[in-house]
Amino acid sequence: MLYESSAAAIAIFAAFVLGVVGLSFYLGRKGQSAKGYYAAHGEIHWFVNGIAFAGDYLSAASFLGICGMIAFNGYDGFLYSIGFLAGWIVALFVIAEPIKALGKFTFADALDSRFNSRGIKLAVAISTLVVSIFYLIPQMVGAGDLIVPLLGLPHTVGVILVGVAVTMIVVTAGMVSTTWVQFIKGSLLVFFCGILAAMILNRGLVVGAGPAANLTPQVRTVTPAGTVLIDGKPQSKDHDLRPVGTLKELPARYAGKTATGPLRPLEYLAALEDSTIVTWSSKKHTDAEGTHTTYSPVERRGAELLKPGGYFKGLSTGKLADRLDFASLMLALFCGTASLPHILIRYYTVKDAAAARKSTVVGIAAIGAFYVLTLYLGLGAMTSAALDPTSTNMAAPLLAKSFSTTLFAIISAIAFTTVLGTVSGLIMAGSGAVAHDLVENVFRIPMTDHEKVRCGKIAAVGLGIIAMVLGVLFRSFNVSFLVGWAFNIAASANLPALVMLLFWPRTTKQGIIAAVTVGMLSSLAWILMSADTFEKVYGWSREASIVPFSQPGLVTIPLGFLVLVVVSLLTPKPVEPKTSDMVRSHG
Amino acid sequence: MSAHESRSESLKHAPAVSASSRIGLTLFWIYVLLYAGFMVLVLFQPDLLSLRPFGGVNLAIAYGMGLIAGAFLLAIVYMAACRAVEDRGPPRG
Repeated sequence: MLYESSAAAIAIFAAFVLGVVGLSFYLGRKGQSAKGYYAAHGEIHWFVNGIAFAGDYLSAASFLGICGMIAFNGYDGFLYSIGFLAGWIVALFVIAEPIKALGKFTFADALDSRFNSRGIKLAVAISTLVVSIFYLIPQMVGAGDLIVPLLGLPHTVGVILVGVAVTMIVVTAGMVSTTWVQFIKGSLLVFFCGILAAMILNRGLVVGAGPAANLTPQVRTVTPAGTVLIDGKPQSKDHDLRPVGTLKELPARYAGKTATGPLRPLEYLAALEDSTIVTWSSKKHTDAEGTHTTYSPVERRGAELLKPGGYFKGLSTGKLADRLDFASLMLALFCGTASLPHILIRYYTVKDAAAARKSTVVGIAAIGAFYVLTLYLGLGAMTSAALDPTSTNMAAPLLAKSFSTTLFAIISAIAFTTVLGTVSGLIMAGSGAVAHDLVENVFRIPMTDHEKVRCGKIAAVGLGIIAMVLGVLFRSFNVSFLVGWAFNIAASANLPALVMLLFWPRTTKQGIIAAVTVGMLSSLAWILMSADTFEKVYGWSREASIVPFSQPGLVTIPLGFLVLVVVSLLTPKPVEPKTSDMVRSHG
Repeated sequence: MSAHESRSESLKHAPAVSASSRIGLTLFWIYVLLYAGFMVLVLFQPDLLSLRPFGGVNLAIAYGMGLIAGAFLLAIVYMAACRAVEDRGPPRG
């Protein structure tokens, strides 16, 4: 569908970007120490840190991706939400306090706290960079993709805007400004999703009318010359795809009515389950005239849409490999959160273990509330008669547009700025891995405190430039699955080492190095040989893939543990330092 | 020193052995059971999730929302339990 750029959206977005960059300069006006740059002096209030966790964690994939997945496929998007949130249980109950007690600036500090090994720092710095870059690419490409319909600017402008703004945020005041940007973004995201959900409940369920109620199939053709045709005629403002996603029939108790009126939260879900909804499926074929995508309506009962299996088709095929693939994804989401370096470094910004604990609880509350709200946003979009059949990512902004253009402008600007918060966290994690882990601790280049900060800032600028280049290079790739890769690699490389270091005193430095290296390489190799990658990246047949299912976690996470145990048992027992010394030296 | 004594001795130096981490681990396993129970239903008994035992929403929605609310409730329990332990003072020695 064609979109008109909204001056209000550009104005709101510009105000937000200028606001956060201005705030960053204000926060960065004083000279900085390394502790200030990397860990915000450890003085961030636990509540602010908790909301910043939400701002760091809830990427565009969470906001736009999950809403779109629910709007188009029903319940299965919510399975992602459940997995993403469950990962915080590992973070809170297992990781939060020890990582705060053991580390200083980076995740490598914590893993290396007992050994002072350059090997551990090197392996962990590389895994941090690999995970952060896989996470970064979809954020940057997403920023470019979003700016086209939302603000009417070219893709490259979106990528450069995000890259420059984020680099300025990180370089001005490091973790201090990054924290405040994430705090503002997290608050705005949860607040406006709450407003949107309240408006959905207030509107209740409405039987579709207008162009969206026309249920004849639609065909979009892209000719070899690049012209877009809709049902055989050139696409224009007056001849475009019709919006889709309507409610066809209300539950029997509303017989004769076209709207339910305001509904309570659980009432809304129950009424939707008893309704009949029209979703749209797409089918692609190519011939001499171009690539044709046919969008056809599918009438479905609400009860069918509100149970698992709409997106994860493997759940209903009964094939073991399909079930293992799903189980593997849910395991990676569960284990991945507490292994993401850009999340873990947030534990160094608070003053002590109790504050780390409290901020995680605030994070769980904010992120949990957000995921419940996205269920309503997704289902609201499904029946909003406003969806673009070509783009699942546009579901949330178009839902907002079905209420008012101002809300559309606000949600669009928030969707775009969502990218800023997450990317600044990723650049910060990468900057720490390069400057603190590699330059300072692996290459052991002597630096004063001031030089450490400068080195971190140079690394941040370098990473910002790399992010922009990758965002432009990968623009035509479908990169949404890279976030899944990042979770799998983080869980396979980092979690076994972290958990065993905390709970198994026999863990040796060789065990940690081997587990991180094998976990990272095996999960990456598995992904590169999987059916999903064969089909979506190489364009080959799924059947040619070498591994039995696409998601590696189910195999590579246990493999990380196994490698750590075997290598640790084969290498000399570590000499135990006194716990008090250990904590003091990193406190 | 027997193997058992040696293990107990070295466990004292494992970073995660404290009263709060023991509480954390108990709550962690409770959540793992809840999460695994949900996954077993999704993977092997998806039809059960269509049932509406409470009249309104189906089990898929109720269990999913329950997992989100449950995470928050366990987090609150953890915070309160840790505070109670800290108020009593650290059990050193």
